[in-house]
Amino acid sequence: MKFGVLQFPGSCDQADALQAARRVADAELIWHGERDLKGADAIVIPGGFSYGDYLRAGAIARFAPAMESVIEFAREGGPVLGICNGFQVLCEAHLLPGALLPNRNLRFTFRQVQLEVLHSGGTFTRECALGERLSIPAKHSWGRYHADGRTLAAMDDGGQIVLRYAPGENFNGSLHDIAGVSNEAGNVFGLMPHPEHAVDELIGGSTDGLKIFNSMKLTVQAA
Amino acid sequence: MAPAATLPTLQDALALGLTEAEYELVCEHQGRPPNQVELAMYSLLWSEHCAYKHSKKLLRTLPTEGPHVVMGPGENAGAVDVGEGLVCAFKVESHNHPSAVEPFQGAATGVGGILRDIFAIGARPIAVLDSLRFGEVGPLDVGGANTITPEGLPGHVTARSRYLLDGAVSGIAHYGNSIGVPTVGGEVYFESPYEQNCLINAMALGLAPRERLVRSAAAGPGNVVILFGASTGRDGIGGASVLASAELGDDDGDKRPTVQVGDPFEESKLLECSLQLLERGLLVSLQDLGAAGLTSSASEMASAGQLGIDIDISRVPLRERDMEPFEIMVSESQERMLCVVEPARVPDVLALCERFEIHGTAIGTVTDTRRMRVFDGPQLVGDMPVRALVDDCPLYDLAPARSATPVYSPPPATLAPDVSAPDASARECLLALLSCANIASRRPLFERYDAIVQSRTVRRPEQADAAVLAIRHPGEETPPDGDDAGADGGPVVPALAVSIDCNGRRVAADPYRGTIEAALECASNLACVGAEPLGTTNNLNFGNPEKPHVAWQLTESVRGLGDACRALQAPIVGGNVSLYNETSAGPIYPTPVVGMVGALPDARRAGRLGFARAGDTIALVGPFAPSLQASELSKLRGHALPDELPDFDIAAVRSAQFAVRGAVRVGGLSSAHDIAEGGLAVALAECCLAGGLGAGVGLEGVLAGEGGSGQDGAGEDLLRVLFGEAPGGFIVSGLPSGVRALGRRTTVRVIGTVRAEEMRIDLGGLSLSATLAELRDAHGALAELFS
Repeated sequence: MKFGVLQFPGSCDQADALQAARRVADAELIWHGERDLKGADAIVIPGGFSYGDYLRAGAIARFAPAMESVIEFAREGGPVLGICNGFQVLCEAHLLPGALLPNRNLRFTFRQVQLEVLHSGGTFTRECALGERLSIPAKHSWGRYHADGRTLAAMDDGGQIVLRYAPGENFNGSLHDIAGVSNEAGNVFGLMPHPEHAVDELIGGSTDGLKIFNSMKLTVQAA
Repeated sequence: MAPAATLPTLQDALALGLTEAEYELVCEHQGRPPNQVELAMYSLLWSEHCAYKHSKKLLRTLPTEGPHVVMGPGENAGAVDVGEGLVCAFKVESHNHPSAVEPFQGAATGVGGILRDIFAIGARPIAVLDSLRFGEVGPLDVGGANTITPEGLPGHVTARSRYLLDGAVSGIAHYGNSIGVPTVGGEVYFESPYEQNCLINAMALGLAPRERLVRSAAAGPGNVVILFGASTGRDGIGGASVLASAELGDDDGDKRPTVQVGDPFEESKLLECSLQLLERGLLVSLQDLGAAGLTSSASEMASAGQLGIDIDISRVPLRERDMEPFEIMVSESQERMLCVVEPARVPDVLALCERFEIHGTAIGTVTDTRRMRVFDGPQLVGDMPVRALVDDCPLYDLAPARSATPVYSPPPATLAPDVSAPDASARECLLALLSCANIASRRPLFERYDAIVQSRTVRRPEQADAAVLAIRHPGEETPPDGDDAGADGGPVVPALAVSIDCNGRRVAADPYRGTIEAALECASNLACVGAEPLGTTNNLNFGNPEKPHVAWQLTESVRGLGDACRALQAPIVGGNVSLYNETSAGPIYPTPVVGMVGALPDARRAGRLGFARAGDTIALVGPFAPSLQASELSKLRGHALPDELPDFDIAAVRSAQFAVRGAVRVGGLSSAHDIAEGGLAVALAECCLAGGLGAGVGLEGVLAGEGGSGQDGAGEDLLRVLFGEAPGGFIVSGLPSGVRALGRRTTVRVIGTVRAEEMRIDLGGLSLSATLAELRDAHGALAELFS
């Protein structure tokens, strides 16, 4: 089982995602300019400021050569995890519904947040129980999830709203406290908080993020 | 050479900041009057900012050598050995004047500049800390507990400080967050003397394999000089000479074009490219472009290598057309580096620049002429001896003399406690202190910064007195042998700790002792997480050194810094000097910011500041002899600065640090916190808030031990024990055995027990109590500034 972690110019958390993935499986970086996904069984698009996030967060990264291959990979059912900027990239690439808007406070905000699992047993939450709380840090300026009413209703029906902020934790103003969503097929998942920064007791005091990486590994192995 | 008709005059030299005598010296070195390019280059390299002409003699008195020092002052950053074949590079630098003119870009490029200093010596930046000073931000609304009256703090004063604070914090966040280096700590103070001249100091740390460190000295005549990174524009022209080497004036809005504009995305590419160039062994030497741009980088590389450099400015990639040769030479456009490369490796270097999508251009050659020569295509437009440019700037002796009259006015009184009613008064003082801008929780600032990227941050802001960073990435391969097994059999996690501090008001009261206190405070912070100092960096922020009183402050402060660093065995490995921080309103408080890096053997035992367990014993540790002089409480009461600070015994403070550090390292304590602004009662409240627990404390023994001065009455004595300040005091908690074990090396006074919910202090018939919610409300006062 091997994770491929994308690296764009301006990515920040690619080394963190790589180290987190390596706790459960093999993992390798994939340069933005290359189309070869190096035989990865699952893809992680990490956090940061791809291409400086100039124009709009994630708007340029979706056109990277590596993203062409990721889009293909996702359409064939391969698991793709987008974290923070990665989530923004997946929305820009229309692999996920909705969009991320500037935080309600209009500021970059870093906070350890409590999340609730609304959909368990899927590709990314196989290791989580329904209603389980996860403690994972969030850090971003553009994390306010938005989608139109019809889309939201369909997502709700389809179990696509995977994670939400626990009561009182939604600092960015996301609609319905949404923290992480999947596509209809359930193989593409994006979230604003950073599971790769919740993998070690010593660094941050929570290992809840490992459940997401482990779930991906189990899903791949079960396939 | 350029025709004589266009030669600049003495008047031009004066306008660029040179004195008449200096101009004549330049003519002497050149054997003729300098042309425009040459004068521009001399004026920058001979500016205070580049030449340290008023501080160099003092700086030579500082200790710079020690067993851990790998690279000392003179390089882009200093470095200390941290074991495992790794070194930690670190340095603090100021960006005060640009930030006073344009706070967002000033602060952002301050962060960008200090990061380049770190990767210029081959280290990957792993952390940033900031030391900020602003004027008063005015009354803070703390839900009814507000004791601050707005009189004496005019609205426009407050508005300017709030604007500068918001701009600077936004700038730091913008740059630091975007480049993927965590901001792990820092400090901020609000005092009137910084009103017109805020201070923005940024410190960065990096890690490198020892053998990959690179110096800046040019080597090998015939080697190629390559400029890489961003293109060059007209931004930042004269930043170092016009802005940083003169007092700020009323018309500084006009100087906005001298402030550089930062692009963290460009820097992120430049960082990765620079480190890869070094990893592949493609570079002979490397230097970043900071103040004075190409002029200082090239000249200093030539000077360090005792060689010459020829530069062709027609090859420099430009952002705008028709730039004059001198503009290209002095532009402070950001995100650029200069390197020396052997000719055979030039294609590889340029190819790597292309991969990272940055400019890479061969612009010059190393020569053995020991001259700095500037060409515009075939035409020679400047020709100077390197030695004259870099080393022959005249150094000036200071004329220190202490002012006979007070230099700083007393702060406006915002609190008038009624010492005849000690119970109510003590509680009022505690809540006022917790909510005052210098003590209130910094969370609204820290939340603006990414503190965890790179996955090293073992202690985040507000978890401990110092930031703690794992040296190895967790999950990285650990050496296979058993030597580094911890007490419990698992692998130990060696770590760095870092702290930055300076209380300018105390330095203003007593530059010698106040500066020692700043260094001791850093070492105490390190002790609280279990770390021992390895080295120190400093940023001397002072007023105009040509004024006798400022010269006296500077002289005394540097004497204190030297004594402290010798006592702590934490030599100075690099730093910066920022002078002329004054306006028509007078000088800033003298602010010698001290940054200290330490090591701890196992991050799993790193100390925390918050109480951890109800029932734990609380003790006051160390030779703590509190005084209200120059304390935060005396500021709130509107007291003038005293003529000096009470004396203390550095050796006794060191013993206390040694004891606390040892106890933290063996896991003997649940918490450790150093007593600073606001004294004992505020430190206790901070331990309660950080741990979400209360405390029951009796200070009778402390009061009796102090003997009481008697002069100011019993009420004052109580306030002095509760809120007085001094170096060398710690609040620790733990099992009784762990706490008492400290007594072998220092004074330990058991003062109470950790409890749930409420903090209660009994002292001399007085009983002070507050719930956690009340403490938290008061401590959260700064949130208003960022709502």
